[in-house]
Amino acid sequence: MFLLTCKDFLSELNEYLDETADPELRKQLEQHVNECPNCWVVVDTTKKTLQIYKHTEPQDIPERVHRKLTEALERRIAAGPPGRAF
Amino acid sequence: MSSTNRTDVFDESPLVERARAGDARAFTELVNRYERRIFRLAKHITQNEEDAEDVLQETFLKAYSHLNEFQGQSKFYTWIVRIAVNESLMKLRKRKSDRMVSLDETIDTGEETVVREIAVWDGNPEQRYSQEELRQILEKAVDSLRPPFRTVFLLRDVEELSTEETAELLELSIPAVKSRLLRARLQLREKLTRLFKRKGDDVFAYL
Repeated sequence: MFLLTCKDFLSELNEYLDETADPELRKQLEQHVNECPNCWVVVDTTKKTLQIYKHTEPQDIPERVHRKLTEALERRIAAGPPGRAF
Repeated sequence: MSSTNRTDVFDESPLVERARAGDARAFTELVNRYERRIFRLAKHITQNEEDAEDVLQETFLKAYSHLNEFQGQSKFYTWIVRIAVNESLMKLRKRKSDRMVSLDETIDTGEETVVREIAVWDGNPEQRYSQEELRQILEKAVDSLRPPFRTVFLLRDVEELSTEETAELLELSIPAVKSRLLRARLQLREKLTRLFKRKGDDVFAYL
């Protein structure tokens, strides 16, 4: 089995994080990350980056924007059910 | 904010069924649930508050009008995201004469995948910062990405579309989506690590 360089590892980072690598590549990626502290840190901080984005809820939309949307929808709903020309 | 608003834990199907059967209140409930996410997405893609307002409205009006075309093969939310992305891209095209960078721009390879900051984070930023502070940090970081990276990241990692769905929607090849996602992730990691790293630390101090 040939050894992966850090550059090789980084180019396959998504396959590693998303678990889409085939078993042979997966094994090589695992081995590299277990032996390379730098790549381990990159994996750890990238995982945290993705988690934090997934966890963060969007801000409430401004009341004015919400009202404008609601009024437009009410007009549309009053004009007839879905699928009908308006 | 309440975790019940998370799209991944919310079972939208009963509401979607009722909305499709003509229950306007069910549709309104779906709108209330998703409007914040759609507005955020539109703002990130268009980089313009006014455009995002138009996109928000157009998206839900179109969704209502075309509700009987929604077949239920994908999640309703994914269907809405697709409409919103198309509306946002249309806005961008209209503003093409501006300095706005096209999503199709040729991407310089190499430098953007360089990893410079190799440091562990100082605890959990979700505990160290208020939700509002954190949200501002994250949004600023995403907005600083170049548009081709930003949109792919938002669709794949924030809205959780598949690689295939993202490719189709942005008219990109699958390898292009993958390489843009890798760069986007690495660039965000780099930016956040600069802010969140343990000060005066390096990787070996952690071992």
